[in-house]
Amino acid sequence: MTKSELIARLAEKNPHLYQRDVERIVTTIFDEIATALTRGDRVELRGFGAFSVKRREARQGRNPRTGAQVAVEGKTIPFFKTGKQLRERLNVGGDE
Amino acid sequence: MTEKTITRAQLSEAVYQEVGLSRNESADLLEAVLGEIAVALSRGEAVKISSFGSFAVRSKGERVGRNPKTGEEVPILPRRVLVFRPSQLLKKRINDGPLGARKGGK
Repeated sequence: MTKSELIARLAEKNPHLYQRDVERIVTTIFDEIATALTRGDRVELRGFGAFSVKRREARQGRNPRTGAQVAVEGKTIPFFKTGKQLRERLNVGGDE
Repeated sequence: MTEKTITRAQLSEAVYQEVGLSRNESADLLEAVLGEIAVALSRGEAVKISSFGSFAVRSKGERVGRNPKTGEEVPILPRRVLVFRPSQLLKKRINDGPLGARKGGK
């Protein structure tokens, strides 16, 4: 499912809303999460999961092809931990 | 840096401010968004949100694990796990922000 398919599904279930508004709702939610992560904040959505950032320190890496040493800069990466309820949902029914 | 935790309350407040629906309806729609994503994922469908990232379901085979306390071998049953891959844009946004600045100038 892509973002536009998600918007279409929501619009179908909420016929009283303009598609344009549904689009803004979805965009606002993900933008808000991204902005929070940019500040270093954590976004916790009980039952769904939590977004946070993790720091990766600078390290000495290697080019796997040539074996040459390369300096890898430190960076901050976004991280998602699946919520308990969603994790359980993935494992009921389906291909079990 | 003081790190805060953002919850549904702040997200639905943002929807309320941005879209102009009632607070109640904003909260309901946030729930509907998360719900649709969860439904797709539990069907095994990947969910791709452009400029944010993608969520995919991966099937893990059975393997032998160990109870770390007793050292006892226990089988870990096959299961499905969710993986999130942030988009290049999200990674860039985070590193270009105040957190990336911690890299120190060069």
